[in-house]
Amino acid sequence: MRSAPYLLCVPALVLFAGVVIVPLAMTVLLSFHDWGQYKGIEPVFILKNWQEVLGDSYFHEMFARTFRIAFFVTLLAAVFGAPEAYILNRMRSPWRGIFLLVILGPLLISVVARTLGWALLFGGNSGLVNKALMGLGLISAPLPFMFTETGVVIALAHVLMPYMVLAVWASLQRLDPQVENAAVALGAGPFTVLRRIVLPQVMPGILSGAVIVFALAASAFATPAIIGGRRLKVASTLAYDEFLNTLNWPLGAAVAVLLLLALVAIVWGANRLVERRYAQVFA
Amino acid sequence: MSRNGPIALAYHALFVTFMLAPILVVCFVAFTPEGYLSFPTDRWSLRWFYAIAQYPEFISAFWRSLWLGAISSAIAVGISVPAALAIARYRFRGREALTALFMSPLMIPHLVLGIAFLRFFTQIGLGGTFAGLVLSHIVVVLPFALRLTLASAVGLDRSIEHAAVSLGASESVVLRRITLPLVLPGLVSGWALAFINSFDEVTMTVFIAAPGTETLPVRMFLYIQDNIDPLVTSVSACVIAITVLALLVLDRAFGLERLLIGRSAGHGR
Repeated sequence: MRSAPYLLCVPALVLFAGVVIVPLAMTVLLSFHDWGQYKGIEPVFILKNWQEVLGDSYFHEMFARTFRIAFFVTLLAAVFGAPEAYILNRMRSPWRGIFLLVILGPLLISVVARTLGWALLFGGNSGLVNKALMGLGLISAPLPFMFTETGVVIALAHVLMPYMVLAVWASLQRLDPQVENAAVALGAGPFTVLRRIVLPQVMPGILSGAVIVFALAASAFATPAIIGGRRLKVASTLAYDEFLNTLNWPLGAAVAVLLLLALVAIVWGANRLVERRYAQVFA
Repeated sequence: MSRNGPIALAYHALFVTFMLAPILVVCFVAFTPEGYLSFPTDRWSLRWFYAIAQYPEFISAFWRSLWLGAISSAIAVGISVPAALAIARYRFRGREALTALFMSPLMIPHLVLGIAFLRFFTQIGLGGTFAGLVLSHIVVVLPFALRLTLASAVGLDRSIEHAAVSLGASESVVLRRITLPLVLPGLVSGWALAFINSFDEVTMTVFIAAPGTETLPVRMFLYIQDNIDPLVTSVSACVIAITVLALLVLDRAFGLERLLIGRSAGHGR
């Protein structure tokens, strides 16, 4: 009987050992291989790709852009998504359920279709976003959105927004409304209640949402590829180019492995920070 | 519970507009009667929907995506059930580590998985094959299947099984007649969520699909990279319509919140 749980896990374990761990190990190994235009991939152990990725200013700039975009996407998602989750939580049924479906539903709609929508909204000088902004008198000349970081940030914030709303929503469900009522009864204004009662309690939700959004934004592919185009390279689109156009697989593998390591470090660090900061609260 | 003020409701309206605008724009432009991207103003036309029929690569990619999603989700559920039962019922050494391992495809960027699978499948001779696509999709949708099967396995009332045993049912009868029917709703919702995620997956698949094994999102992505015309908006509109339909059915059947948050006590905190 003691071996029963292990036997039950065997199919999944075999799958993951064979089709996840082995390929990932092969990719790490691949990043140390040599490559030449004519000789292809040579299975030797060299540091050339890593020296190039870590030393070349082109790669520095590209990684800086990747994380800059991810940072602003996370910021936008937190600043706009968290209040929306709070408003949603205060709605009555059936509106609550309907709008939860409207806001979380896009999560399941194809990323390509959603990004195409932004490409249409941004599209050139006649794009709908520019027309609306000019109509409102906010800008006098059309702003460039296509092929810019601003455009990528806005589209990605839209694509990943549901994750933030979901995370904050989940943490709001654990919140006791009586505490809010108590604060009001003790004479706190609505703003004080938000700042002193609600925000501290949903902060772990915002932070865990931020970690998810940041990790997904830094490794997103379809949206930066369509909105950023071929000129505005991020880590994922660069790796795609190395693999499917230049065919320099070892260099592409080094870019991908470095992105993975950076993300693991950032996510782990953020989780440590959250745990230390909120250890007292949840102890 | 206090109500939302007018400022909150105005903010909410803007937020919903932001969330829906790009999706609605795609659907509107799909009905244009013109040969270029434009909003249909006085006249609506289905010409770009009829035009899809002239592009067999979209049609075949659609069927491929459908089969890929159905098969890989079914296998993922099949693998998840025993694992979920083990994780939900036993306290064994390595339980946490195994759960984390099976959930890891949620954490590993799909870009990295795509690259790893491309290298792996090319080495073992599965490069660009449908079998390779199925294997890779099983891996990425397994966490979704596992989360929901786990949730229903944790919530299962074991006294029903004990009652069956005390009434003389054998182990296999209990499994077939009691346990599996009880976790069935979890299996079906897990399959559905896995299917949708497989159907939409593009980042990983774009690396491993070859001409002839392209899925619908990959075909759409490659098409958009070359040029954006009304054809791809009508294809997208169809995909959106199918997803929204599936979404409404799922919401009715299981509740979207439960599906997405995956209320389970088996993992996480």
